[in-house]
Amino acid sequence: MSGDYWQIFLTFGFFIILTFVCGLYCMLVSRNIIRAIIGLELLIKAVTLLMILVGYVSGRTSVTQAMVITIIVIEVVVAVVAGGIALRSFRYNDNLDIRGLKRLKG
Amino acid sequence: MLIAVLWTVMGRSLLKATIGLALTSAVVTILMFRLNSPLAAVFELSVCTGLITVVFVSTISLTKPLTNKEIVELSKERNKRFGYLPILLIVISIALTFIRIRNNIIIPPVTTPELDVRRVMWDMRQLDMLGQIIVVIIGALGVVILFEERRRDEW
Amino acid sequence: MLSLLILVPLIGIVILNLSARAPARRLAFWFALLIFISQILLAACRHPVLWNVEMKQIDTFFKVSLSMDQISFIMLLCIGIVSIASLLVARHTIYDEKELFKFVNLLIITSIGMNGIVLVKDIFTLYIFLEITALASFVLIALEKDRNAIEGSFKYLILSAIATIMLLTSIALLFMVSGSTSFEAIRQALNLANNNIILFAIGLFVCGLAIKGGLVPFHAWVPDAYSSAPAAVSVLLGGIVTKTVGIYTLIRLLIAVFGFDPSLKTILLALGALSIVFGALAAIGQNDMKRMLAYSSISQVGYIILGFGCGTFLGIAGAIFHIFNHSIFKSLLFVNSAAVETRLGTTDMNKMGGLSSKMPITGTTSVIGMLSAAGVPPLAGFWSKLMIIVALWQSGSKTYSFIAIMASVITLAYLLIMQRKVFFGKLSIENENIDEARIGISTASIMLAVIIIGSGVFFPLVFNKFIAPIQELIIR
Repeated sequence: MSGDYWQIFLTFGFFIILTFVCGLYCMLVSRNIIRAIIGLELLIKAVTLLMILVGYVSGRTSVTQAMVITIIVIEVVVAVVAGGIALRSFRYNDNLDIRGLKRLKG
Repeated sequence: MLIAVLWTVMGRSLLKATIGLALTSAVVTILMFRLNSPLAAVFELSVCTGLITVVFVSTISLTKPLTNKEIVELSKERNKRFGYLPILLIVISIALTFIRIRNNIIIPPVTTPELDVRRVMWDMRQLDMLGQIIVVIIGALGVVILFEERRRDEW
Repeated sequence: MLSLLILVPLIGIVILNLSARAPARRLAFWFALLIFISQILLAACRHPVLWNVEMKQIDTFFKVSLSMDQISFIMLLCIGIVSIASLLVARHTIYDEKELFKFVNLLIITSIGMNGIVLVKDIFTLYIFLEITALASFVLIALEKDRNAIEGSFKYLILSAIATIMLLTSIALLFMVSGSTSFEAIRQALNLANNNIILFAIGLFVCGLAIKGGLVPFHAWVPDAYSSAPAAVSVLLGGIVTKTVGIYTLIRLLIAVFGFDPSLKTILLALGALSIVFGALAAIGQNDMKRMLAYSSISQVGYIILGFGCGTFLGIAGAIFHIFNHSIFKSLLFVNSAAVETRLGTTDMNKMGGLSSKMPITGTTSVIGMLSAAGVPPLAGFWSKLMIIVALWQSGSKTYSFIAIMASVITLAYLLIMQRKVFFGKLSIENENIDEARIGISTASIMLAVIIIGSGVFFPLVFNKFIAPIQELIIR
């Protein structure tokens, strides 16, 4: 890989890794279900950015754009289903606390 | 971009976090434009910044807000927990500068001429298109199943 | 021809949903039954004429690139059988007709997803079909909106989403190295290149698949999801979904794309042994029938990975045959638990006892399933476990084969405990008036039991027809 592509790769990669860490942290630490889903969305954004970066660096932008569009479609459906489940959980528990999901044990 | 991400994670209320997510999407879109991927950037802008924000805001508005007492004790605990994040980020940044990755990744050169994205999606990847249709059907079924209001039994 | 396996159910669903009247709903059930029976018949009869039919119009319109080989045959057979069992159980456990219609739709979509997983040749399309199957499973678990089910579904969703992100990162890095997403191209690129980033990508991929497949230490969602799902969904999940999505994908990728490193083999062997021991030990102290079966599933998945980690032909063949056996006997055990649940209303084993006098068919088939799970000859489970243990012995890891044999004894122990608590022993007073399970559920359990006995007794025939052809794939 040529020199300045490598530089761009490293720079963007650095930011992507930091976004990963933020998203993972948000997902694992938060007490609210919806905040956990937001953390999940952040992670998916980091991955889409990585995909586009790979496309740019390797010169094949169109295939990666097609893949990213597909990923975005799937991500939307996952977000909707997750939101639906969070809503149902709220209806049962009356709060959005993730610590309350401890009924199944063992 | 990091500012947008940090805002998202550490936003006080859920609404601020959601707006932070939309802001992050916008920044990602601009980055995508710079990386020669206009079509994906437009898709990301319209879908993520628009649709997902609408989904989240509607979900949040359908749930009850916390009472004042709970908000106070929640925010004290939250500062303690989320305060670790910037420290963690700085530590990881320093650790990453020590990793040396050798630049010997060979990328195969582009042999066939680059097609337009739309042509790629329709001609080369039709199975993916089919998969997307199926995913949307699952989404529709999921919404019908999960968002259904129970009539009398729950009250 | 192969594309029909995906297209025909899809068109069926679209047509059925266009008119949501009552006749359409009843029709949906029979349509699904027809599709699965035809899938089983096609997969069991491997006539070349049938499989190589060209279907010119559809191919020029859709241009799908699917391929089929011997491992896919077995998986398609499993998918068809377990789907029929799940459908039959659902007919009698889901009482509302509208909900049954939604269930049938989701079931057909899940089977489309799994058919896609076993037939594709391209890593990104594989990801799409993985997501289809996973999304359909989330909605299926939360179908009856029961309080426990919502929690189980949510845990499964979070962990599966983390696994998806790992898979996507890995796909992006592999794409960078190879320039294309098909299996062939990635394989060629991996032969040339040798870099830390690539090792990282492969490791991430294996971790992501391990989460989806329920290996220890990534198994946290398995007991909750299996035990809190509705009865018909448990049959589907425990029998086939986890195995296809996690384990089959791992096998396919390691054989066709990544190749077998020695370090990868040791990791697989270690994970497998850990899963077997942990699953077996955790299953002993359970009170809930479905939860015990869930831990037993974790244990059996450990066997499969252990057999696969050997790398020899016998090990891989044993692993694939064990996938087939596990899907049959685990579905049988889950169908029996569904039968008990419909009649008793609970899955707590302490409240049961002495049921075999009242439910003879369920009791007998449960004994057959249990014997196959524990590896007792001449049932089918014995052969697959024997193949795995012999393969381990031959490839030199004697401690692992010892662990496998020991765990087999523990398996027998906890299954016997379950049998005794549920079916033998004293009949308690409130359970005096129950009948045998409904005819649909009994049909499903009899069918599965017959398959177990048949594939065990006729083992040489099964071996020559289905398993020996795998050898061509592995010798490279």
